[in-house]
Amino acid sequence: MNKSGLSDWVLFFCFAAAVLTMPLWLAPFGANYPDLMQKFAIFGVFAIGFNILFGLTGYLSFGHAAFLGAGSYAAIWSYKALTMNVLPAIIFAVIVAGIFALLIGFVSLRRSGIYFSILTLAFAQMSYNLAYSVLTPITNGETGLQLTLSDPRVLDAMAGVAVTSSLPNPNIFGIKTSGLPGFYFCAVVLIIGFFIALRITRSPFGMMLKAIKSNQTRMAYTGFNTRPYLLWAFVISGMYAGLAGGLMAVTDPLAGAERMQWTASGEVVLMTILGGAGTLVGPVIGAALIKYFENIFSAFNKFELQQVFSFLPEGIQDVVVSVVSMFVGKGWHLTLGLIFMIVVIFLPGGIMEGVRRIARVFGLGKKKITEPASVANSQQGQVNG
Amino acid sequence: MSNKKTPLSTWTRRDVLKASAASTAIAGAPMFFSRHAYGADFLNAPTGDTVTLGFNVPQSGPYADEGADELRAFELAVEHLNGEGDGGMMNTLQPSALKGNGILGKKVAYVTGDTQTKSDAARASAKRMIEKDGVVMVSGGSSSGVAIAVQGLCQEAGVIFMAGLTHSNDTTGKDRKANGFRHFFNGYMSGAALGPVLEKAYGTDRRAYHLTADYTWGWTQEASVQASTEAIGWSTEQKVLTPVGAGDFSQYITPILNSEADTLILNHYGKDMINSLTQAVQFGLRDKQVNGKDFQIIVPLYSRLMAQGAGDNVKGIYGSTNWHWSLEDEGSKAFVKSFGAKFGNPPSQAAHTCYVQTLLYADAAERAGTFEPCQLGKALEGHKFDGMGNGPTEYRAEDHQCFKDVLVVKGKDNPSSQFDLLEIVEITPRAQVEYAHDHEMFAGGDLGSCNNGA
Repeated sequence: MNKSGLSDWVLFFCFAAAVLTMPLWLAPFGANYPDLMQKFAIFGVFAIGFNILFGLTGYLSFGHAAFLGAGSYAAIWSYKALTMNVLPAIIFAVIVAGIFALLIGFVSLRRSGIYFSILTLAFAQMSYNLAYSVLTPITNGETGLQLTLSDPRVLDAMAGVAVTSSLPNPNIFGIKTSGLPGFYFCAVVLIIGFFIALRITRSPFGMMLKAIKSNQTRMAYTGFNTRPYLLWAFVISGMYAGLAGGLMAVTDPLAGAERMQWTASGEVVLMTILGGAGTLVGPVIGAALIKYFENIFSAFNKFELQQVFSFLPEGIQDVVVSVVSMFVGKGWHLTLGLIFMIVVIFLPGGIMEGVRRIARVFGLGKKKITEPASVANSQQGQVNG
Repeated sequence: MSNKKTPLSTWTRRDVLKASAASTAIAGAPMFFSRHAYGADFLNAPTGDTVTLGFNVPQSGPYADEGADELRAFELAVEHLNGEGDGGMMNTLQPSALKGNGILGKKVAYVTGDTQTKSDAARASAKRMIEKDGVVMVSGGSSSGVAIAVQGLCQEAGVIFMAGLTHSNDTTGKDRKANGFRHFFNGYMSGAALGPVLEKAYGTDRRAYHLTADYTWGWTQEASVQASTEAIGWSTEQKVLTPVGAGDFSQYITPILNSEADTLILNHYGKDMINSLTQAVQFGLRDKQVNGKDFQIIVPLYSRLMAQGAGDNVKGIYGSTNWHWSLEDEGSKAFVKSFGAKFGNPPSQAAHTCYVQTLLYADAAERAGTFEPCQLGKALEGHKFDGMGNGPTEYRAEDHQCFKDVLVVKGKDNPSSQFDLLEIVEITPRAQVEYAHDHEMFAGGDLGSCNNGA
C-alpha cells in the first residue's frame, strides 16, 4: 500500500468514526438530537455530491435543488405506491434524479461558466414552478406530498402488512427509520457516499475532472472530448442530490416544492464554499455548520437570552440582550452572512484552509490529511524522488 | 523515499480494523441506552417541576406579522398560566379547572421556532422541539400548509398539536389527525357566514372573479366561497391561482379590468392580501362600473393586522373573522386589557386563537389529570366551554374542530384610532355555519387513532 493510499484509508476511517460518534461529541453543542444529526448527514451527502461537480470540474451549478426535490418526490411515491421499506424508495430516488440530471445536464453542459450556471438555475426554477403549481396531481403543490391512509402500497399489501388506523412509518425491514435509527441509517449512507467520492476523486476519471477545471481548452487540444466526462460528473452529482432527497423522505415522509427553490440550490453552494470547495471533508463541515445555525441559532429567543445574560446588571443586560438578539432568532441569517463573508475574505479555501493553516503552524502540514495538501505533498515527493 | 516510515504508515490493516470496530461500538452505544430512556408511558413525559410547550410560528415570510402577534399571545398565556399578570381570560373561562400555578402544578416553560412559512423548516423546527426540548404540545400556525404538515408530524411523533391560525377546511377535513385540535374557524364557515350578508349588500346578480393563494387554504376557501355565493345566485367568472408571497400582483389584476366580472374575491392573507388589495385599488378597480354596478372587492378572511397594513384601502370591504378586539363580552374585554397593558396594542385574531388554544390545552390537562396525549385529547373531545370571547363553543369530537359564532366585518369608513379599522356587521350564529363532519368539502379524512409516542 503506497503512502497516499494509506492516508486515504486513515482519512476514511477518521471520517467514519467522527460521523458515527456524532451523538456523543455533539452533546456539548446541544446538537445531538436525531433530527439535526440526520440533517447533518443528509446535507453532507448533498454537499459531497455537489462537490464532485463544482469542486472537481469547477462547473458551478445553481440548480442542484431540483434533483434533491425530484429524489424526495420519487421516494414518497415509492412509499405511496409500493412499500414503506426505504431501500426501494432510495434506489428509486437515485434513479429518478439521475435521469433528471442526464436531461438537464445534456442541455446545460453545452455552455460553460456563467451561462452554465444560469441554465441550471433556469431549469431548477422551472422544476420548482412545475412542482408548485402545474404538476399538483403528482406533487400536491405548496401543501406538499404526504402519505395517506388510503395509499395502495402494493408490495406491502402483497406481503400482508396489516393496515392500521394510523399512518405507517418508513422502515427498513421492520426497523423504524425515524429518530436515532434514522440517523444511523443516514450516517452509513453518508459514509458510503464519502467513500465513493473518495474513490472517484482518486481515480483517473477524477483526474480528468480536475484537468477540466485547470484548463479545459488544453484538454481538448490533447485529444480528449471533455463533454462525456462533464456529463457523467453532472449525473453522478445529481444522483447524490437525489440520494439526499430520498434520505429526507426516509427520516420524514413528506416532500414539498420548496426543496426545489433556488434558495435551496444556493444553500448547497454556500455549504461547499464555506467548508472548502474541492476538498473531501470540507463540504460536509460546511453543511453541518449551516444546518447548525439554521436550527440552533434561529431558536434562541429573548427569554433565553435574558437568562444567559442574567449575571449582568439590569441596564446593561437589556442593552446586551437587544444587541445580541439581532444576531440570533430570526436574525440567524445575519450571523451566517457575517461568517460567510469572513471565511471568503480571509480563507478563500474555506474552513479546510483554516484547518490547514493551523496544522502548518503546529508543524503538522505534512501529515494533514486534507485532499489538496496531500496531493501537493505527493507531487512534491515525486519531484524530489 | 517511499519506504521512509512516517508515524501514520505504521498502521497495519489489523490496527485499522480494531479502531473501526471500537468506534462502531462507541457510536452504537447511545442507541441502546437511549432507545428505552423514556421510561415513562408517553413521549416527553415531564419529570421535573416544569413542563415545556413549543410555539412554532412564522417569524419571516408573508405571514410574519401574524406570527409575531401569535408569539406575544403565547408569552401572555404562559404568564397567566404561571399565575403572573392579571390572569386575562383565565378568570372568564367557564367551566375552568385552571389553578394559576402552572399546569398540574408544574411551571410552564416554552421554546419558540421559526416556521419560515415552509413545511420543511416548520417540521425541522417542530422536531427540534420534540426531540431536543422535550415538549408535550406544539402550537402555532398562520399557514394551513404548514399547520397540516406540523399536525402530521405531531401525530407521528406522539404529541398534541393545538393549531393556531389555520383556516383551510383540510386541517380538520381530509387531513384531520387524532392528535390535532383546531379552535380557529375555517373556509366553509367564512363562506356560510358571508353569503347572506353579501346578498343583502350587493344583491343576487353578480359575477365573481377569484384571486386565490395557491395552496390548501386558498383552494378550500375558494371552493367554500364559490359555493355560498353561487347559492345566492352569483356566477363565477374566473378563478386564478397566485403563488404565496408573490409581492407583485399587477399581472393578475390587469386581466380583471378587461373581464366581465363586477366583484373581486381575494382569497389572500397576510402581506399577500395587503399587496393585492392595495394594487387592486391603485388599478382603479373600486372606481369601476361594470354592468351598471359598482365594482366591489371582498376579502373572505380578514384580520385587523392586515387592515392596518392596507390602510384606507379596506374601507367598506366585507370579510369574516374569528374574533375582533372590539367585542364587548367579559372574556374579550379581559383579554384585550391584559394584552394591551403588556404590549401596548390590541391583540389580533391570530393572537386570540393562540392564547385560547394554550389555555384550553392547560385546562384539558388539568381535567384529565395528565399530559398523556390520548387522555388529554379525550378531555378536549366534545368539550363545551364559554367565556373565551366567542360565546358558547364546542370542540366537536368527530373532527376536532371548534364550533362557535362567526363574525362578519367591514372596513370602517371613519376609524377612530389606528386599531379601530373593522366594524362588526353581524355575528353569525353557530347553527348557520355548522356542517356534518363528513360534508363533501371535509370528506376523505380520518382522525386515525391517537398516538402517545410510547
